[in-house]
Amino acid sequence: MNPASLSEYLFASGLLFAIGLAGVIVRRNIIVIFMCLELMLAAANLTLVAFSRSHISEGLPDYDGQVLVFFIITVAAAEVAVGLAIIVALYRSRQTIQVDELTSMKG
Amino acid sequence: MPQPLFYLFAILAALGAISMILNRNPVASALSMVGAFVGMAALFIGLHAYLVGIMQILVYAGAIMVLFIFIIMLLDLQPGKPRSLKAASVAAGCVIPVLLLMQVFGVLEQSGWERFEELDLQTAAETRSGKIEESLKEGKLPDTHLIGRTLFGTPETPGYNLPLQIIGVLLLVATVGVVVLSKKGGTESSTTKNESA
Repeated sequence: MNPASLSEYLFASGLLFAIGLAGVIVRRNIIVIFMCLELMLAAANLTLVAFSRSHISEGLPDYDGQVLVFFIITVAAAEVAVGLAIIVALYRSRQTIQVDELTSMKG
Repeated sequence: MPQPLFYLFAILAALGAISMILNRNPVASALSMVGAFVGMAALFIGLHAYLVGIMQILVYAGAIMVLFIFIIMLLDLQPGKPRSLKAASVAAGCVIPVLLLMQVFGVLEQSGWERFEELDLQTAAETRSGKIEESLKEGKLPDTHLIGRTLFGTPETPGYNLPLQIIGVLLLVATVGVVVLSKKGGTESSTTKNESA
């Protein structure tokens, strides 16, 4: 059975990133936009792990990439906590989470 | 990871992601997100990154999904009435990702579809010692140990101790920030905005 190649993993990662980007642009619900951001971060992680697997040193994957993935997962978790707190504060003051109804900064 | 399994999990992840952005109901979106992340975790495990795959399931499909569901329930959001999407944003949302994907595909076409090199555990065992050497000789990949060695460093390699400390500070700041943000009473500026709106 053939194993999958690096380019296939990179394409899968690009596909997931593109879907996340489409969601960020199209959706109006700020919580779903947030989920799409998480998806984009996770797609970047997939790229890092794929490159870590492909860069073999002394017969083992290059673990620097996977260490970076841990830092990204940590930052993503912190970002979700702060972002959802901001969303709750926003909902308390405006009673909406639709981004097209939040226009007070419109010129 | 054998190619059919790779395609199975990649398609699972992509379907989860697509249903996440197409669902009107935010709870259904959150559950589709879990499908996408589980598919991605399987891809990580297929890349011999076992620890990262398990972390993906614990952190994303566990903690972050629960946080999203919790906030959706807390705000008591109803599945939105069908809203007319702006044609411009739908067009941009289709065109920009497709352009991105075409560019990625073009680059990958040029670089070819070569296979990964096989891992050579026996060679790797020669330069290691202790538990790592034992596991490698048994033909297992002790990736948790190896990541720990990379993270904390060995006498020869510096490791990532300073970034680790900085991440700790970041988590502390985020915790304090969340407590301050969700505290009641600190909303004078938002009430004045409400009056002007």
